Parts: sequence; C-alpha cells; structure tokens
Amino acid sequence: MKLPYPGAIDCDLHPAMPGVGALLPYLDEYWRDQLTNRHIDRTAFNLTSYPPNAPLSARPDWRQASGAPGGDLAMIRAQALDPFGTKFAICNVLHGAVALFNEDMAAALCAAVNDWTAHELLDREPRLRASILVPMHNPALAVAEIERKAGDRRFVQVLILAMGEMLLGRRIYWPIYAAAEKHGLAIGIHAGSTYHHAPTAAGWPAHRLEDYVAQSTAFESQLLSFLAEGVFQKFSALKIVLIESGFTWLPTLLWRTSKTWRGVRPEVPWIDRPPADIIRERVRLTLQPVDAPRGEPQVLARTLAHIGSDAMLLFSTDYPHWQFDGEDVLPEGLCDEAVRKIIIDNPLDTYPRLREGATIGDNRPINQEAVR
Amino acid sequence: MNVPLRHQSASQRTIIVDCDIHPAYRTPKDLHPFLPARWREHMVTFGEHLRQGLSGQLAWPRMMASGMRVDAFPEQGPPGSDLALMRKQHLDPNGVEYGMLMQLSKGGMEERNLDLAAALSHAVNDWQLATFVEPEPRLRAGIVVPQEDAAFAVSEIEHRADDARFSQILISPRSSDPLGHRRYWPIFEAAQAADRPIALHVQGFSGGHASTGAGWPTYYMQEHYAASSGMQNTLTSLVLEGVFERFPKLKVVLIEGGFVWAPALCWRMDKHWERMRAETPEVKRPPSEYVREHCWFTTQPIEEPDDPRHLAEIIDWIGWDRVMFSTDYPHWDFDDPQQVLKFQPSEEQKRKLFRDNAKVLYGLA
Repeated sequence: MKLPYPGAIDCDLHPAMPGVGALLPYLDEYWRDQLTNRHIDRTAFNLTSYPPNAPLSARPDWRQASGAPGGDLAMIRAQALDPFGTKFAICNVLHGAVALFNEDMAAALCAAVNDWTAHELLDREPRLRASILVPMHNPALAVAEIERKAGDRRFVQVLILAMGEMLLGRRIYWPIYAAAEKHGLAIGIHAGSTYHHAPTAAGWPAHRLEDYVAQSTAFESQLLSFLAEGVFQKFSALKIVLIESGFTWLPTLLWRTSKTWRGVRPEVPWIDRPPADIIRERVRLTLQPVDAPRGEPQVLARTLAHIGSDAMLLFSTDYPHWQFDGEDVLPEGLCDEAVRKIIIDNPLDTYPRLREGATIGDNRPINQEAVR
Repeated sequence: MNVPLRHQSASQRTIIVDCDIHPAYRTPKDLHPFLPARWREHMVTFGEHLRQGLSGQLAWPRMMASGMRVDAFPEQGPPGSDLALMRKQHLDPNGVEYGMLMQLSKGGMEERNLDLAAALSHAVNDWQLATFVEPEPRLRAGIVVPQEDAAFAVSEIEHRADDARFSQILISPRSSDPLGHRRYWPIFEAAQAADRPIALHVQGFSGGHASTGAGWPTYYMQEHYAASSGMQNTLTSLVLEGVFERFPKLKVVLIEGGFVWAPALCWRMDKHWERMRAETPEVKRPPSEYVREHCWFTTQPIEEPDDPRHLAEIIDWIGWDRVMFSTDYPHWDFDDPQQVLKFQPSEEQKRKLFRDNAKVLYGLA
C-alpha cells in the first residue's frame, strides 16, 4: 500500500557514486598520484553484491538511459523523495572501497566518499542525511574517520557491510562502537559482503540469487555475535540497525537465542536477561525487502506478532533496488498505528540526530497528535 | 536438561519414532574389526585429518560433560556406546518404536584424506549393523558416506541399497562446496535410485568454511546457533541450484538444524527468485514448492516462543506432514517427548509429528 501521509523518514537510500575519478578532489596528493598512476581512478568499485545490471540492483523504471541508477540528484528527488513525501532520507553509499585489502587505501577512499557525500548530496539537498562509511579492516582507522565526520550532524550512523573480515561483536571492534555511542550515531549494518571468505557456512554458492538469500543468515550471525560478546551491555546507549536485511526471519532468532541462553548462560554471564528482550529493545531493521508472501497480509501480521514489538521496523525504500513496484512501498495489513511508528516515530527514536533538523510541526502526521 | 525421566505407565506413553539418536563407540578400537589392516595402522599412527585446529576435541567446548546428558554416561565408554543403557534410559521409557541412528563424523564425511574417508564410511556402516541394529531391531542405520568422494559414495549406497536396515543416506550439510553443486549430483541420483532420503545432520567443520558467512563465532552459544543458519544456506543451495528439479523423487531430511526458519526462508527465496529468476532458469517453480514437496524437518532442539501457539502457527505453514520428532539422545539438549510441545496439538497432529510422518517417509511397517 501507499504511504498515507507525507513526512516519512526513508532509512535506506542508495545514491550511486560516479567513477572513482570523482573522488580525486577529496584525496591528498599521495592518493591522487596513486589512483591516477595505477589507473585506479578508471575503475568503478562496484560491489559484487550489487551487479549494476541485475534486476534486484535497480527497478526498471528507475534506470536511466545513461549513468547509474541513483547516480543523479535530480533523479533521486524525482524518484525517491518527492513521490513518497519524504521528510528525510538516509544515504547509504555502498562503495567498493570496503572490499579492498589495502587498509590505507580503503581508509583514504572511505574518507573521500564521505566528503563527496557531504558536498555533493547533503549540501545540495536538505532532505538527505547520510551514514559514515568506515574501513573495518583497521578499527583505529575506522574510529579516526568517525571522529573526523561526527561533527557534521547530518551524518546519523556508521555504515558497515554484513559480511567482512570477522563477526562484528568481536572486541577488537569495540572502539568503533564506543566512538559511535559517544557521538549519538547508530551502527548500521547493510547487506553485502567483502567476499574475503565464503558467504555461507556451506561454501561459495553458484548464483547471485543464493548469495542474496544468504544475507539474512549473515544478519542472524551478526546479531548473535553482538549479543554473545556483550556489546549491548557494554554500550548501553548504542542502537544497531540492520539495513536491507529482511525481517521475517527474526522470530527464529528471538526464540532460539532465548532458549539456548537458558542452557549456556554460564558461558556468557554478562547476558543478564532473555536475549529476545535485549534484541527487541536495541535492534532495529529497515522495512525493505519485505520477505513475505504477496496477497496474504495475514501471514505478515502473524509474523509481526511473532516478533512481538512494533518499535523495531524503520521505513525504507531501498531505492533504487527493486523491492516493490509503483508507490506501494508499505506491505498490506499494517494498522495505522504501526504505519506511523514505522515511517516516523521509530526512525526518530533510532537516529536522535534527525530531531535536530526537524521541528515537531514538521513531523506531525495530518490530523494526528504530535510525534513525541 | 538433566532432570530424571518420569516413569510412566505404558498407557500414558506416546509411541514415537525418534529421528535423531547418536550411537558412539566405546573406543576407536571398536572399529578395527571392520577396517582393513592398512587403515587400522593409519588411524593409530596418523588419526583423522580434519579442517579444524584442535585434534580430538572441539574448538568450542560444550557447556557440560562434553555436550552429553550427565546421566547418560555408562560405566565404560561415552554416552551412546552402551545399548543396554540406551534401552533402559531412552528406548523403553520413551516408547520408541523406531530410532534413527546418526553416526556422524566418524564415518569419514569430514575427512580430508578421501581414501581413509572411504574406509571409515564402509567400516562405520558395518559397525552400526553389528553393534546396534542386529541386537536391537527398533534401531535403523544410516548409510554414512563421504560427500566429497561422490564416486565412492555412490558405490557404498549401491552396496547397501538392498538392506532394509539402512533407512537413509547421511552426508554433511557443511560440504566443501554448497551441496547443490553438480559434483554432488551423483549422490542424489543414487539416493533417488535406492529410494532413500538424504539425511543432513548438522556437522562440525566438514568443508572448513567459517560456520557463518560473516566469520567464525567466539562462543559455543553462537556455534550452536550456526547449525540453524548454516542449514538454511545448504537448503538454499539445493533448491536454487535446481537439484529438486533434476531429481524429482529426491527426499531430504534436515536434522537438528531447526525448522522454524523454513517459512521465512521460503518467502525470501520466492520473493527474490521472482526478481532474479533469469539467473537460474533451471528453477522452474517458486522455491517454496520444492521445499514443500521434497523436505522434512526434525524438531530438536525445538524453539520455545513465549506464546507456544506461535510455534503451532509455524508448523501450520510448514505442513504437519513434514515435521518429525527427534530427541538427540544422549546429547545435553535432548528434547523429552512428554514435554516438548507446550501447546495442545490435535490427536492427528500429534500422531503425525511423533510417529506417522517418519513411518511414511522411511517406509517403516
């Protein structure tokens, strides 16, 4: 169904980067030389997870005659912001820099991507917000990038791929979470893999479709990693957002971890209450893709009941990825209250920085009480 | 999970088929009568060669008693090695009409040396018969084969195919490549010809890939869960590489890998297959249809939502004819048939889940 009123906050929008050549003005002399001498500036840095011509990577009517879908601000406005009455949209720039092995080059490119995003997108379109892309190869470099960009309040979270070097709960990454928490930034984990190792426990699948389906199991593993390592206890204000993860798989994780915990809690004594309660409180998931059978709204309604919380879902279009058609961005079967929470309240609660640019009046749904 | 079993009169009992019982040998020498001298010596001198860092123990130590029920240790040997105790503690009091033996890694499915793997496979299959199935007709063996050597696996399946005491074929769901890859197709062809289901029981290391797509877990709590996420990866491979399209009579049993995830995985596969199906033209129908027709799931370790009816809704979506009870005896997270369901199923649902689905699938009288 369509959004019932304007003011939605789109928590997953993908502007496409132009070629790496566009980053040259944002790099220092050493990296400019490196990129040009080695012809790295002629490469696209597309992630294997999103082959540009695959159906999933862009909706047919969002493709352009030339240039990448989402690669043009006028197109973003006309296709992703205006039709949905979007109040804010959070840009998640999925740049291939994160899949490099050279951590210095990755750090330089991530910084350039963030500066490009601020200058080319945020400065030009006040509805846009963004995530800080960080090089997870080296937590010290990632923290440095967070510290460098955190003063720009239009950046609202830290962006990490779902499959990188190691599971993300590992304590080697904790300085990143400390920095994010200190600055009021969420940790956003987006579908995708660096392919530094096999994307499934069973090895390397043959098809891109299999890789995409497997993303949800990577998200399960990451959630459990955060839980088991004690990240939620150590960083009591930190929010974890799973982006483009799907969410209908969540009941299994809630039920299974809460049961297993009863048997294994001496191993993880810092988990002081049922994992399902912790996850419901601290984890958020973006809406698209809605992996539920079409035309059976009661199935989705039952799944939402199994999830047991209406605070967890955050509205997203996943533009320009092809997850829905027309303007029917919401699944059937959501009640009015759930819609308002998903499109406005939950995003505002997850990203406190969004409130800074929003007056109460801006977020007031038509004929409804003011948003908290 | 180590509460003494309540004693029940026969009239109170549910007659069950237990789809996951783990036999063990007392010492590695128990296999010697079934191994050629060359491989006996090899095992003594070199032992197994697996894709893991610790030899002879697990890299995620279990929570108690090596992952066993502490009351399941016989006077000699590990739990599962003493048939008398298994009868007394499990088969008799729990009303087990048939029990499916799951002899796992000792049968070579994780072994790197494929010649050794073949010898272990053949030996373990003989050993199951001699040690458990011949003295205890309620138990059924599985044809354990190393999936990485499809040619040998096919010969072993054919060798056992006429023996009704073997109910299914056991391979690892954590193979070197995802199981849908064509290098494994001869095994599925042989399984179809032998009219035996392929049983996929969660495994330790097997192909050596990290137990999640995002890296190795730290804690046993995570490794325990990885059985469930990894099984989803394996099922996805079987469906989306077109195995069920190619082998229309193939049946697959997913054991100890969870089942609650099945509806959501099917919805996810269906949704994105619709978008990306040009990439996999051999998958002709929505993926969920193949799962519905070809797959069975065992229950242990069963999920326990706060509202038990939620679990019943999940089984409604999977189909009451596709979920089969299992205990995982003698492991620590054993499910007790008297306590496993926290909701009240209908008599028909109960009969199917605890007994009839397995009897139909395995052709048990």
